[in-house]
Parts: sequence; structure tokens; C-alpha cells
Amino acid sequence: MATDKDNLYQFLLRLGDSSLILSHRTSEWCGHAPVLEEDIALANTALDLIGQAQMWLEYAGEVQGEGKTPDDIAFQRDAWDFRNVLLTELPNGDFGRTLLRQFLFDAYQSILMGRLIKSSDVTVAAIAAKTMKEVTYHVERSADTVVGLGDGTPESHTRMQEALDYLWPYVGELFQGDEVDIAMFQAGISPTPETLREEYDALVGRVLSEATLTVPESQFSHKGGRTGAMHTEHLGHLLSTMQWLQRAYPGCEW
Amino acid sequence: MKNEWPLWEVFIRGQHGMSHRHVGSLHAPDAETAVKNARDVYTRRNEGVSIWVVEAKHISATAPGDKGPLFEPSESKVYRHPTFFKIPGEVGHM
Repeated sequence: MATDKDNLYQFLLRLGDSSLILSHRTSEWCGHAPVLEEDIALANTALDLIGQAQMWLEYAGEVQGEGKTPDDIAFQRDAWDFRNVLLTELPNGDFGRTLLRQFLFDAYQSILMGRLIKSSDVTVAAIAAKTMKEVTYHVERSADTVVGLGDGTPESHTRMQEALDYLWPYVGELFQGDEVDIAMFQAGISPTPETLREEYDALVGRVLSEATLTVPESQFSHKGGRTGAMHTEHLGHLLSTMQWLQRAYPGCEW
Repeated sequence: MKNEWPLWEVFIRGQHGMSHRHVGSLHAPDAETAVKNARDVYTRRNEGVSIWVVEAKHISATAPGDKGPLFEPSESKVYRHPTFFKIPGEVGHM
């Protein structure tokens, strides 16, 4: 039987890992974005996300009570211990797909953080409040880019539609709750994921329709990231880059 | 076809009460994006509380060649500076 502490720890890992893994993915664009302005904007987003990850994982470490730092948690776990949603670990693809993935995640985060601000757990509420400011900007920026590219040239439109077809089956996982979510709900810490869906669909639907993109009809959804049951093959490759230094030189500081 | 986004000049106000200062330029497809880009490129280290952007083509400027007629005449008019007054010590820093 999972204790309250275990459930809270899992809940915090899910938040922290999603920010951490998306941060790493976004940082892969550093020096490669199509224009300087976007390059810096993406790097800023990556830094915001890593700041969030640090706060969530620091609290996770406290809750776990084994003296682990955020760095220990980020760099010394293997793929099966990660609890990020699958959406965040997917490869970047082209710039449009990266920004669409960002938007799908930003929209989710903007709604979730808005609720977590009222969490019964004061630390969760405080982290959510700080995160909310960042996310408000992120979602505005990524939505604008999605509209610009979706409703852009025939080439950009085609690429964005392909990106949406590829990414959409990973959206459902954001709203699939389990016993951890129920425990968090009962403790007044977080709403259950299912209850965020309606607001999400309204926000995302509005932007995608302005972007002249069509949401795929299939209800199929990949899952397994936030429960840790099964990640995609991409996560291990990402970790081998992200964790290389701490694996090769354990405890290295500079 | 011209693929380049237009150039925008960026002005940032560092603190309340100060005026906006030109800090540089960037490319963006429209004004709204220019403001966002300016936020990302020029205020990463907490430099500002307000941003103005203006498309560079809307700025009228003096020609470098006109420097002589425009600015040199004032060089010899030192009396236009209030430097000949003695400031009483009690006034302090002005």
C-alpha cells in the first residue's frame, strides 16, 4: 500500500521530470534555431523549465527524506524511474514540431498551474505561483508561433499538420489519472487530470483552429510516461546525453 | 520574393521614472512578435520594466554627411552651458 509520502513523491516527480525532460529537448536547439531571436527565446524557455524542475525535484527530495539533491534525482536515475509525460521526451523534429509540442505542453501547464496555486500544500502552491508567470508567457509565445506557421505558407501548414498528427496521440496521457492522482485529490493537493481536459480542449481547439489545423479524429493515446510503466525508445538516448557527465565523473562540480 | 523579416529598433526603460533607451535591433514578422523577441533578447538579465519597438524604416535620421552644418555651430557656443555660475555649497549635488 502506497503511503501519502510515496504518492506525494510520485506526484512531484511527474511535475519535475516533465519540466526537466522538455527543458533538455528544448536546449537541443541552442545554436541551431532558424533565427537568432528564436534561438534565444528557446534557450530562455529551456532555462525556465530547468528552474521549475529544480524546484519540484528539490521538494521531491525533501519528501523522500533520503538526503537527495535535485541533481542526484535528475542525473542518477535510469529511464524506468522517470515520470515525465511521453510528449516531453519525443524528438524535436523540425522547428514547427518543436513549437507545437511546446504549445501542447504549455497549454496543459497553464491550466494545471492555475489550479495548483490553490493547492493545500503550501510548497506546491508557491512553486505553482512562480511557474505560472513563466508559463503565461510561454503559452502566448508558442501559440503565436503555432498560428503563424499553421496559417502560414502551404509548406509550413503541411509540416504543422504532420506535426499535429504525430504529437496528438501523446496528448491523452496528460489527462489519464491513477491512484496517485486520486490520493493527491483527496489530500486537496491537486485536481485529478481528467477534470482539466475540458478547459484544455477549449484553449487548444481555439488556437489550432486559428492555425487552420485539424485535430486527428482518433482517440488512441500512448501512455506509460507519468506512471513509469513504459517510456518511448527516445528517453534512453536523451538521458545518455543529459546524464553523461555525472555518469562519467560522479559528483563532479564546477 | 523577400524572405527577410523587417528590422525593428528596440527601446527599453530600465526603471520606473527613467526614459526608454535604444538598446539594439532585431528581426520579427510583426510588432507583437517584435516585442516578444525584444523581451527574450534584451531583458534576460532583468534589464527592463517596459519595451518599445518601432520598425526601423519609420525612423527618420540625420545624414552622417550633415554633421558639420548641423552640430558644429554649437561647439563654439560655450555660453549656452550654465557653467559660469557659482553654485552655493548648501545646494549640494545638482
